[in-house]
Amino acid sequence: MSTTHGKKEAKLILRGLSKSFGPKSVLDELDLDVIESESLVVIGGSGTGKSVMLKCILGLLNPESGSIKVDGKEMIGLRRSEREKLMHKFGMLFQGAALFDSIPVWENVAFGLIHGQNIDRKEAKDIAIDKLAAVGLNADVGNLYHSELSGGMQKRVALARAIATEPEIIFFDEPTTGLDPIMADVINELIIKITTETKSTALSITHDMASARKIATRIAMIYEGKIIWHGPVEKLDSSDNPYVNQFISGSSDGPIKMLTRAN
Amino acid sequence: MNLSNNPIALLGRGFLNLIQTIGRISIFTAESLSHCFRPPFYTHLILKQTLEIGYYSLPVVGLTGIFAGMVLALQSYTGFSRFAADSAIPAVVVLSITRELGPVLAGLMVAGRVGASMAAEIGTMRVTEQIDALSTLSTNPFKYLIAPRLIAAAISLPFLVLIADIIGVLGGYLVSVHKLDFNSQAYLANTFEFLEVMDVVSGLVKAAVFGFLIALMGCYHGFYSRGGAQGVGSATTNAVVSGAILVLIFNYIITEAFFSQ
Repeated sequence: MSTTHGKKEAKLILRGLSKSFGPKSVLDELDLDVIESESLVVIGGSGTGKSVMLKCILGLLNPESGSIKVDGKEMIGLRRSEREKLMHKFGMLFQGAALFDSIPVWENVAFGLIHGQNIDRKEAKDIAIDKLAAVGLNADVGNLYHSELSGGMQKRVALARAIATEPEIIFFDEPTTGLDPIMADVINELIIKITTETKSTALSITHDMASARKIATRIAMIYEGKIIWHGPVEKLDSSDNPYVNQFISGSSDGPIKMLTRAN
Repeated sequence: MNLSNNPIALLGRGFLNLIQTIGRISIFTAESLSHCFRPPFYTHLILKQTLEIGYYSLPVVGLTGIFAGMVLALQSYTGFSRFAADSAIPAVVVLSITRELGPVLAGLMVAGRVGASMAAEIGTMRVTEQIDALSTLSTNPFKYLIAPRLIAAAISLPFLVLIADIIGVLGGYLVSVHKLDFNSQAYLANTFEFLEVMDVVSGLVKAAVFGFLIALMGCYHGFYSRGGAQGVGSATTNAVVSGAILVLIFNYIITEAFFSQ
């Protein structure tokens, strides 16, 4: 993959990324570019390495080999303090929202501002209320706790938290998992609105094809720890890749074999 | 022979696991300690944990102290009266409480109450990705979660033990005066005659070390818990058991350091 795409530079570059757990290789020399201001969605089945790839980028897992560059700066091997500074560029929406249950919603949203950027609590609260409004939640929700929110509200709060520090790159880990189709569409719309308005770069991982088609400008497919296809979302259906075709059609017949009791 | 059933292979695997665990605990301790002494300090979290560990443990530690003192007086009387050594009972009670029973019993009670709670809370945060979320929000989990608990526990335990000492001695006094017909003034005079500053100080030093170890085990097992509810359950059990065992081991080590001549 080249590091320039048309006139735009790659914001995030992964090269030769490998990660194993014991004898099981999860990422196998994975290469991927995420271009500035694009919304790239990585699709793939369960256990193909999507979440591991995201955790390696975020520094939550250490890859065995390879390179991760953000704006040309190598992330692997950075000291923790240097990495924490670079983390300001990132926002992350976790699959299960991962809201802190010991603090109210507004403080969850303002957490990165208060603790990561040392912004005054009152000012951070005002920003948090604005961000909650941006995801369609009113100020009263700010005083509730995680346990008092529905699944959809939790995702919205997590989205508000992910964008509160105005990151340059936002990661979405299965943003619509566990939501009904209508709420899933609401979250998809919010992701599009936020990434468009803030001109941020988005990297999402999902196996929800409806969500992928809606939020992606470009799609990549991961299989057995490698990116086996990537291209604009418009070319997804005309791909001649049998793995992609099987995955988007959801057929059990094809080159992707699921391990079941019968076989 | 199947390698998994080979006793030498099992022994080797067990040894390697032990070495790996010791290494992991050592790294965890070093990283946690470094954050206890490096700013920024989350003062409000330290105060919150001090309240949680110290204030809310007062009833259980107080009850333990008073009954330990009462039983100690009764049992000492049973033995000492046979040798007409009743007058030694106040000294036995106060020295046993301040040097050993106060710190050890308070440590064990706090290991059960606080160690379990820390492991469960941090373990749940681990399995629900809240600890990962902290990292993505430019917040070091060691600084935000671990260091405040270690500092609060190391500060709270000496205060708890001091209170347990006073209540324990009071328990011994109540039983001795009201049940065993000791003279109140003579009992108190005997108590303070034999008590030295080092007796109390050694107990408080033990308490600070026990507090640190209990919190360390609670945090460590919670931080590395895996696999949902079952993993958090195991982490909680391991935190209490390892905390209690370390209290007993370090009790001997510190006693040896203070009193072996």
